[in-house]
Amino acid sequence: MIELDEIDRMILRALVQDATQSAGELGRRFGLSQPATWRRIRRLEQAGVIKGRRLRLNAGSLGFGVTVFLGIKLARKGQVSLEDFERAVSAIPEVQTVEHVLGLYDYRLRVVARDISDFERVLRRRIMTLPGAGDVEANVLLSEERLPGPIG
Amino acid sequence: MLDDVDRRILRHFQVEPSLTTAELAERCRISSGVCWRRIEKMQAAGIIEGQEAVIDWATLGYAVEVSLRITLDKTQARAFDEFTAAAREVAEVIEIQTFLGRVDVRLSVLARDMAQYQQVYRDRILTLPHIADIEALMHIARVKRDEVLPV
Repeated sequence: MIELDEIDRMILRALVQDATQSAGELGRRFGLSQPATWRRIRRLEQAGVIKGRRLRLNAGSLGFGVTVFLGIKLARKGQVSLEDFERAVSAIPEVQTVEHVLGLYDYRLRVVARDISDFERVLRRRIMTLPGAGDVEANVLLSEERLPGPIG
Repeated sequence: MLDDVDRRILRHFQVEPSLTTAELAERCRISSGVCWRRIEKMQAAGIIEGQEAVIDWATLGYAVEVSLRITLDKTQARAFDEFTAAAREVAEVIEIQTFLGRVDVRLSVLARDMAQYQQVYRDRILTLPHIADIEALMHIARVKRDEVLPV
């Protein structure tokens, strides 16, 4: 586990906001030299704290009007291979994330669709036909905000 | 509207956001100039909103992630606003989503271990206003996490 100081946390917060900022820009903001900032960023990357970048796209302007979260319970547990289910569900392009969870459901999926009828098509043709899919609960996303978390 | 070149750029760019414009252009088999102009245009149009660093919380010692699915007391007119405003103040909450469906709000909560989770749950979550019901889902693994849009 890696320990962060206050400056590391500020750099991390800034990069979560905008990952394209250069070490020079961040350094100027936080009163550090460019090389010192660069070394800190590199340390965060090498320790795996920053595990990559995500491109933030506006789903609505690309025609994806609805995002739905699905809770899926596997039917006939023990007879279905989790690997088969995971492979099949991950291959569906409209499925953005798949999380294996413990509780009321076994898997939690984030699904994008053009509209509700497009979502119904995805649900019927692709999700309900997955090997082992049992109970499905759908909740339509209305709003979403990401917070800085414990580094804030 | 987007054409095939734009879509090709977005497909490659989503998978590898750290590519330079020149590298991206090469993958898309277009010139750097074209690639750069297309990206500029999509940024100006608000299609590309930006890039964010993704944090691996486990490396910072946060081993536990729990999804809390919350039903609010909707007889209170300001239940949603007051609940989300209070949830924003909890440092361990990294995501707040609101829904139309059986669940009203979902919080993603981080903790260092189960003992700390229990403490956060009792002291910070259960004290949030207007909660009618809570269900918890414990994260075991992320099978697919790229959040790529099928453009």
